Amino acid sequence: MARHGSLLSRSGLTPGQLAMHAFLLLCAFAMLFPFYWMLLTAFRPSQEVFSPTFHWLPQTFVGLDNFRAAFGKAPLLRFMLNGAVICAGILAVQLLTAIPCAYALAKYEFRGRGLLFALVLFALCVPVQVPALPLYMTLAFTGTLDSYFALMLPFFLSVFAIFLFRQVFRSFPDDVIHAARLDGMGEMEILWRIVVPSAGPAIAAFAVFSVTAHWNDLYWPLVVVTSPELAPPPLGMMYFNDPDIGSSFGTLMAAATLLTAPLTVLFLFAQRHFVQGVTMTGVK
Amino acid sequence: MTATVSISSIEKSFGAARMLKGVSVDVAAGEFLTLVGPSGCGKSTLLRILAGLIPQDGGSIHIDGAAVDHLPPRARDVAMVFQSYALYPHMSVHDNIATPLKARRLNSLARLPVLGSLMPGQKTVRAGIDAAVKQVAAQVEIEALLDRRPAQLSGGQRQRVALARAMVRQPRVFLMDEPLSNLDARLRVHMRGELSELHRRLGATFIYVTHDQVEAMTMSSRVALMMDGEIVQVAPPAEIYSNPSDVRVARFIGSPEINLLPGRADPRGYVTLAGRATPLRVGMTGGLTIGLRPETLAIGDGSSDIVVDGRLQRIERLGHDVLLHMRHAGDDQRSFTARVSAMDFDALRMAGRLEASLMFGARATAALMFGADGKRLMPLRDEPSAGNVTYTSSRALMGA
Repeated sequence: MARHGSLLSRSGLTPGQLAMHAFLLLCAFAMLFPFYWMLLTAFRPSQEVFSPTFHWLPQTFVGLDNFRAAFGKAPLLRFMLNGAVICAGILAVQLLTAIPCAYALAKYEFRGRGLLFALVLFALCVPVQVPALPLYMTLAFTGTLDSYFALMLPFFLSVFAIFLFRQVFRSFPDDVIHAARLDGMGEMEILWRIVVPSAGPAIAAFAVFSVTAHWNDLYWPLVVVTSPELAPPPLGMMYFNDPDIGSSFGTLMAAATLLTAPLTVLFLFAQRHFVQGVTMTGVK
Repeated sequence: MTATVSISSIEKSFGAARMLKGVSVDVAAGEFLTLVGPSGCGKSTLLRILAGLIPQDGGSIHIDGAAVDHLPPRARDVAMVFQSYALYPHMSVHDNIATPLKARRLNSLARLPVLGSLMPGQKTVRAGIDAAVKQVAAQVEIEALLDRRPAQLSGGQRQRVALARAMVRQPRVFLMDEPLSNLDARLRVHMRGELSELHRRLGATFIYVTHDQVEAMTMSSRVALMMDGEIVQVAPPAEIYSNPSDVRVARFIGSPEINLLPGRADPRGYVTLAGRATPLRVGMTGGLTIGLRPETLAIGDGSSDIVVDGRLQRIERLGHDVLLHMRHAGDDQRSFTARVSAMDFDALRMAGRLEASLMFGARATAALMFGADGKRLMPLRDEPSAGNVTYTSSRALMGA
């Protein structure tokens, strides 16, 4: 007991902190295990998935066979390119529209501002499935179904982004904006050259949210896209579901590994900004 | 590069609260006018209305004789230094200072981030801006800091950058909103001197807002004292101290605060203080307030024009002077403060007189009298003829 106590005190942890860390480790394990399983399965033959005993390492190491098979079976690079085009398009338009909206709501006094902001908050509560039918009809009538545009349209206006950036811009000092007006800058110039550069962390945080959501989105692509060459990654994954021989888990997991890799890399790069942005704005 | 500023009956309300109640003041070209007053008296609001940053509800502003009420901030040719300095956080010091010039001399295409530098025919303009930035930076001694970001600077350095940014486009009028209040005490004294020097050198009109009476007294050519959304008095520093028009002015200006003791005027106008007769006479009857600055009180023997006595409560040594905090012997039990030299104080202590009741005297000319409404009462010098009692108030003084 005494030794135990000294060990604790030497590591500078109280029993409460120790319990907390144990709990957090458990949570981390629950989060990471599926990823591990994905990687594991990508490097072993499909049959091993069904073996009754669990092994931490592949019993038969198949190297990159599954990856090769995945590339042969579906145009994975094409899916990734589609994902990149869609995510970039959506994010660009979201930023271009949400930033001026948020700035107006945060810094301008005008009649109906409170009502407009209440509407923004209200729109946060509407899931994409609700306007799906009218959106589909619009796309069908304008003949733009089955295109990149159809994939991006519903997400161009992000109320979440408006809300997030409004919170950030509100804390931007008025004096700096006043100084810029006295210095002779126009309103748009003030916004894009003075206010936006200071919101970098929040923009990075939003970019991670946005890109993750639309890279991983299956619902809307499933509705509007029929051509395989337009399929974003999750829709592409569906092509591995072969009704004849059942799912080929090894290839499936190899493909999944490849398709999630860009997001993982993106997050690792934006991590510092992301954490800063999220804590700064109090989101989530 | 200087201009007159005329502010006439400016009104501003925030919701139900009337922030500015018809403020008027004229500023001469090249003048250093300080707007001083307690927090929340509306002085910063007035400055922002002058700059065009917030619209007024009524009244108008003229700069150099021309109305500017309809002009946006950039067209008014005024520069402002903010209490928070308001530097652009992600720009280098050089870019901060260059911004006002870029906004004026380069067209909007040339100001675009990357493409801008590719636009033709701006080489000489940019060189001119560079030269102007370097020159101004040299004036406020920050040449070595031009590549830094504001976050890497100390408070005093940021202050200089803010000044340089205001100076670089040579505006007609400088507006300063408590620019020294975020600095430490030593630096503040130093920058006071530098600002006065800068004003002398530039010759531009300065309108300076502060809540610190020392800044107001030391730097300005005139002081405008604001209270509750009104300008109570506008006068040169020495006059606002010695000749306040209102008891609020007398209390705000001067540290330690002026002593206010209750007096009475008998039907013939002769004033008594705690029952003692004084040579003062006013054109009214009843209660009034007698103001005596702490330094006008000297230790006396009761033979002075005005005699005040009390018991010692507390001593504050300031080095060269000693503040004696006293309790007035009258019925009112008000406290008052006397400022005596250290030498007089030591003599007093040696004589063992600190325990007993102390008597102070002041000359009648040092006394400032205020009526029940807070307005100044001027003492009467001549014997009033019967039935012709004149009531002289500060209104006459202000009109003069």
